[in-house]
Amino acid sequence: MAELNVKINSLELKNPVMTASGTFGYGLEFADFMPLDGIGGIIVKGTTLHPREGNDYPRMAETAQGMLNCVGLQNKGVDYFCEHIYPQIKDIDTNMIVNVSGSSPEDYAECAARIDALDRIPAIELNISCPNVKDGGMAFGVSCAGASSVVRAVRARYHKTLIVKLSPNVTDINEIARAVEAEGADAVSLINTLMGMAIDIERRRPILSIGTGGLSGPAVKPVALRMVWQVARAVKIPVIGLGGIMTATDAIEFLMAGATAIEIGTANFIDPAVSIKVRDGINQWLDNHGCQSVHDIIGALSVI
Amino acid sequence: MKKYVLDLKVSSVEAVHQRYVLIKLTHNAPLTNGRDCSRSGIETSSDTSHLIAALPDMRPGQFVEVRVDNSPTTFLRRPISICFVDRSANELWLLVAVVGEGTRHLAQLKTGDTLNCVMPLGNGFTLPQSSLSSTEETDEGVGNGSFLLVGGGVGVAPLLYLGAELHRAGYPTTFLLGARSANDLLLLDEFKKYGRVFITTEDGSLGETGFVTNHSILCQERFARIATCGPTPMMKAVARYARETGTACEVSLENMMACGLGACLCCVEKTTDGNVCVCKEGPVFNILKLLWQN
Repeated sequence: MAELNVKINSLELKNPVMTASGTFGYGLEFADFMPLDGIGGIIVKGTTLHPREGNDYPRMAETAQGMLNCVGLQNKGVDYFCEHIYPQIKDIDTNMIVNVSGSSPEDYAECAARIDALDRIPAIELNISCPNVKDGGMAFGVSCAGASSVVRAVRARYHKTLIVKLSPNVTDINEIARAVEAEGADAVSLINTLMGMAIDIERRRPILSIGTGGLSGPAVKPVALRMVWQVARAVKIPVIGLGGIMTATDAIEFLMAGATAIEIGTANFIDPAVSIKVRDGINQWLDNHGCQSVHDIIGALSVI
Repeated sequence: MKKYVLDLKVSSVEAVHQRYVLIKLTHNAPLTNGRDCSRSGIETSSDTSHLIAALPDMRPGQFVEVRVDNSPTTFLRRPISICFVDRSANELWLLVAVVGEGTRHLAQLKTGDTLNCVMPLGNGFTLPQSSLSSTEETDEGVGNGSFLLVGGGVGVAPLLYLGAELHRAGYPTTFLLGARSANDLLLLDEFKKYGRVFITTEDGSLGETGFVTNHSILCQERFARIATCGPTPMMKAVARYARETGTACEVSLENMMACGLGACLCCVEKTTDGNVCVCKEGPVFNILKLLWQN
């Protein structure tokens, strides 16, 4: 049994496997299938200051080795989360992390401040990269100035571990990563979904209600891996890798590319117990290769 | 109800129509989600009956998410209604309409193949108290009246199990099944085992001519409760009839889904409670909850 624990700033993870926001509900939906405390963290559904109904149906289109979604941040708002969801999840023995979204730096900061008050939420993941709503943050995530303004506002009012989730829909993801690092982000996670589209040729219409959506699943993995590798060399803060991870092999690739931890997203829809299997697979691989610790492979890519 | 990921064994695949197959599945191993479950801090059930039962408990109207293996273009699981549960044969029946690559692969399954299923999912139809054990969700208001089950196309699937359960509990059940033509009516002999069957076909080749909502039985009799599943225009017409006659009515929706667990929020339907997941809050809804007034 290799040592699997990793640290993201002061946040201790029992293993580097977490579940990605919007793909694992609040964890409870998956309790029948796996021990929730068996993974390093659960990043719960995107939460905003005010309730949001999300976009109209259809919100999903299956694609080659992946799917598009345009859910649009449907959630009941941070106060509902604090009052009704938090009591149900606070005793799950892993890092329960809240993904936070907003439409202005002030919204983000206020939402983050309310979550700061919750004892058992040790970190937030700031979503400055949702591609599916006009005011959903991606506008912030695609420029250094925008990203900086959100992180600065949140950092002033949020005192625990602050992870910033980056958009791949940018020209140079390194400069965004450096900008949020400079504003005090404790870690970055990447990638959020890639903007995409699907068309129903019989109806001559986009399949998704708002025309476009975010692509996820194995189709995006090579892009995600490349970006994680680039960003891991561009910043000093830890990088959390995600994008199309389906297996332990995929996860190990991200770790070798420089990710300190990984998130599993769309794969949860195919196998609701996949995150435990990825954890076990990482451990098995480390044992098979005589590695004492997962740290032996983090950033251990021999390259160029 | 506890959910499972199970590898079910295909006991038979029958082409009941050129576009529909009936897949019968069985499970002979003890129910478990793996050794790790006992370590979960969440698992609180002390019910050990699951360890001997081979198929999990399932309610009419629930569904399973099946994984389609060896189909490169099929990425997501496919949600399929529970058509029937044959307890004596330890079999689960799935009626699959072949509409694309994924369902085409399902139709090619052979006896002895394995089908990976996440199940049972969603909430079922409301059943009268006496047909269920006390632990299950019921509606006191259902009363002792007669039930009308209205189905069209592949939507007849969940009505077979519902009708069988009502019949078993001693409730008079009437099926009203619609199709384009006599050849398109599925599993008629099965339905006849559990109640009266009335039929409409659009071409008049069997039963009355027209749509289900044109059938004369709707003018002749009143029912205590209606359950319907089929094409959306049909269900909306049935819902209109139910509103006009003041009959309680539940419909089973089939919005496109990804996870089936209420996590991805893709399959939402607009309701009086806002957007809700069909997979988790449904697929069965009382029409009073839906914004289907026009």
